[in-house]
Amino acid sequence: MSIPKTITLEVSRYSPERDPQPYFQSYEVPVKKEWVILDALNYIKDQIDGTLTFRWSCRMGICGSCGYTINNEPKLGCATFLTQYGRGPIRIEPLRNFPVVRDLVVEIGEFLEKLKKVKPWLIHEDGNGTGEYLQTPSQLEEFRQHSMCINCLLCYSACPISGLDPIFVGPAALALAHRYNKDSRDQGADERMAILSHPEGIWGCTFVGECTRVCPKHVDPAGAIQQYKIAGAIDGLKQFLMPWGQKGKQPKREAQKS
Amino acid sequence: MSSGQSSAPALAPVHGENEQPQVTYTEFHPRWYRPQISTYWWLGKWPYVKFILRELTSVAVAWTVAVMLMQIFALTHSGAFYDGFEALMALPVMILVNFIAFAFLVFHSVTWFNLAPKAMAVRVGGKRVHGILISGPQYLAWIAVSAIVLFILATRT
Repeated sequence: MSIPKTITLEVSRYSPERDPQPYFQSYEVPVKKEWVILDALNYIKDQIDGTLTFRWSCRMGICGSCGYTINNEPKLGCATFLTQYGRGPIRIEPLRNFPVVRDLVVEIGEFLEKLKKVKPWLIHEDGNGTGEYLQTPSQLEEFRQHSMCINCLLCYSACPISGLDPIFVGPAALALAHRYNKDSRDQGADERMAILSHPEGIWGCTFVGECTRVCPKHVDPAGAIQQYKIAGAIDGLKQFLMPWGQKGKQPKREAQKS
Repeated sequence: MSSGQSSAPALAPVHGENEQPQVTYTEFHPRWYRPQISTYWWLGKWPYVKFILRELTSVAVAWTVAVMLMQIFALTHSGAFYDGFEALMALPVMILVNFIAFAFLVFHSVTWFNLAPKAMAVRVGGKRVHGILISGPQYLAWIAVSAIVLFILATRT
């Protein structure tokens, strides 16, 4: 199919000082084979309407800043080509399930609080984990997939539970907690389990599976949460069968410090 | 080449020239817009519809368990009691309900078997085994058990 010369972008606009609710504004932008949505938004910002507000940074799928709802699908603006949409129009909205600050910018403070809650860092009995620890390639493979998360929040936008239950910890944070639990250098699984084994944690996930489908880095948050649920169920069973064995429990793994 | 006109059809009407929006500005803490989620959010996308249908399969499972318990209860009583149960199950409406329940149960089973490889990260020789090696045996066992049941039913009648 031939590439059209221009395409219409219908962009959601919202100014907190002026608008009671968002509305759509249409812009016609040139189409180039190599242009992604982010290029088109930058063209609008530079050439048509400098008031358009949106987040972006690296332009290469690393920073996770340019997540938007593009034709009803959460996608990265830097990884979605204009030519995918034929003759258009392309409708661009902010990510779902977040408050809108302005235009395409959403407020992510609640997510950052949730992220902090799951302790996404190495917990080790040595203290702050600044030492050097040996790890084999197979140990790395245990968690590598889940460590690819760029916090772009597409998974939160796709997850209906995150929208319906705002205190649900959510896909990315739970996947990151699982990532650290699976890390051979980490000994914080029990600490995280105590925080996440509740209805707003791992048990809040009903496995819709959309988080995994939209993830641009193939982190598979849905899979991570189901694996976490199995660990949670085993942990609960152990506590029920052997309550005496849970006091002063030793860390699960002994990381080898070099 | 380009235009910046407001079309604004879907979310809200465009402000008129003399219209004064009823919004107040709070310094340092702008007013965030929190979209309301519709009761019918799940109708927006096929994966969401599929998810709701999968959740509804629990009703079909509960119904099937209730019918089986009724059947066991009827078997433990007189022949007339069981005849009554059979007559109830032969009603067209019951056949329809059981047919729908069966379809939901099949859907439930498929989603369950497909979930297994996600929940079980089995590794052999340091590499994660392919999902088909986890769900495949479950499908084979399901087919084998179904074939045995069908064989028993076919040879008894």
